[in-house]
Amino acid sequence: MSDLHDRTAVELVDLIRTRQVSAIEIAESTLARMDAVEPRIHAYITQTPDRAVEQAAAIDKRIARGESLGPLAGVPLALKDVLCTRGIRTTCGSRILPEFIPPYTATAVERLTDSGAFTVGKTNCDEFAMGSSTENSAYGPSRNPWNTDCVPGGSSGGTAAAIAAGDAVIGLGTDTGGSIRQPASFCGIVGMKPTYGRVSRYGLIAYASSLDQIGPMTRTVQDAALVMNVMAGHDQLDSTSVDLPVPDYVAACRSDVRGLRIGVPREYFGEGIEPAVSSLVRAAINKLCEMGAVAEECSLPHTEHALPCYYIIAPAEASSNLARYDGVKYGHRTKELAGHTGLTEKTRDEGFGDEVKHRIMIGTYALSAGYYDAYYKRAQQVRTLIRREFDAAFGKFDVLLTPTSPTTAFRIGEKSDDPLAMKRADVLTIPANLAGIPGISIPCGFIDGLPVGLQILAKPFDEETIFRAAYSYEQSTDWHTSRPPL
Amino acid sequence: MTLSAEEVRKVALLARLELDDDEIERQTRHINDLIARFEALQEVDVTGIEPTSHSVPLVNILREDVVKPSLSRDEVLANAPESRDGCFIVPRIVEGAG
Repeated sequence: MSDLHDRTAVELVDLIRTRQVSAIEIAESTLARMDAVEPRIHAYITQTPDRAVEQAAAIDKRIARGESLGPLAGVPLALKDVLCTRGIRTTCGSRILPEFIPPYTATAVERLTDSGAFTVGKTNCDEFAMGSSTENSAYGPSRNPWNTDCVPGGSSGGTAAAIAAGDAVIGLGTDTGGSIRQPASFCGIVGMKPTYGRVSRYGLIAYASSLDQIGPMTRTVQDAALVMNVMAGHDQLDSTSVDLPVPDYVAACRSDVRGLRIGVPREYFGEGIEPAVSSLVRAAINKLCEMGAVAEECSLPHTEHALPCYYIIAPAEASSNLARYDGVKYGHRTKELAGHTGLTEKTRDEGFGDEVKHRIMIGTYALSAGYYDAYYKRAQQVRTLIRREFDAAFGKFDVLLTPTSPTTAFRIGEKSDDPLAMKRADVLTIPANLAGIPGISIPCGFIDGLPVGLQILAKPFDEETIFRAAYSYEQSTDWHTSRPPL
Repeated sequence: MTLSAEEVRKVALLARLELDDDEIERQTRHINDLIARFEALQEVDVTGIEPTSHSVPLVNILREDVVKPSLSRDEVLANAPESRDGCFIVPRIVEGAG
């Protein structure tokens, strides 16, 4: 079978279990696909073909010996390069970590590989996950498989491009303000940001710790659920991971939305949202209503405050998290040695890109004496209001349906000179991070050959309802079977 | 409210970033663009509203004070730009010593 790279994880696991294919065949199919499309997509910073073949061979050995197989046995995995992988270079898309080899593996990654997934590479991203286009990577931009003149979105753009192009079957991204959902939307795949605390952040190199979450990026809703089944749950190495039982998310994927109460927040369909995007999302809502859901318009008036709120809180946390890059413990060190103070400043100037410096500066300013109350504390208070507004909405609705991004993928270079325009790309995804609630983006159509994403939000720890709504919609369409013209 | 290039230089000092004049000019422009957006938050009535630092309530997690396996010193030092005798090496800070 030559199309193994194009199958879903659910299909591959079944083919492996019934011994119709070997893990090595799946690895070879995926690696051949990478060779064919990587020159045009550049989804990866580091490819790990030898390791993939080695891990696949180990799975085949288990099969030959009749040993039990994990739920992801034989599934090729792409990892955003902010996730620590023992023995594999991890760069964060930055010049400051050109050759960092982590001595340990992130819990989320370890759970997937322990379940039989094998890593094919580390994917490109905006430097330290700061950006919406993957153009802020020190390793060059990735390209959108649907139109290689366009960005794949960001910051998890490399994983999104890899999954859309068939460069891997499942992938991990991280989402601090939309960095899983927005690139999933731009590349026509499924991307979930779980509830804050649902997935361990141990081994995720921090950007903004109170907002960061690791999540699955896949071609189908069921595959995302399968990854979540393995990855979610308490980890004593992350004290913010929540000790709640993990439901069976695959079982939650069933086509039944009868009585599902859908809220449609009007602020997510207003100014700045491309009308063609709005109408595709409204068509998706109508489809769910035809299947028995009930939709009603609602209002979340603080939505407009989420963007400024985020651009205080996230940089403030980043300025503290990124203080660790000082040229002493790991990473780049300047060759122009001055005293110790000069070493730090010069190393950071050489190592960080413009956008990272910008966010460190904003965060340092917002936390500095005299401005703390006006900026940081006020932003945290507005964050409370945003959270309460969601709480109230989920008293009335099971899910909220919105566009994921105001537009389809933009052209490479189009917004790189306008940092504010770039930041507005995340206006519809940021509120969920501030409130800590789960959200998914799934494909709901195309405009001029570029995918559009439908965002489904639910109350904290109710990923099951998201999976049910997402699966029901997906199964009533064939968007998830469309493939980019590569 | 806008920041002057001089104030931005002070922030860069706090942030331990050595920025040249071009970068200071660029950062000043970007920071002021963003601060203008922050003004919208000043209009929100936050009287009596508790700040949210994490979306889930955090509690202290305690464990028994027992020794567990951890990274070896060699593993920890393996990524350092310079190390010697089990230590991170930094440039000389005090002139004339040693």
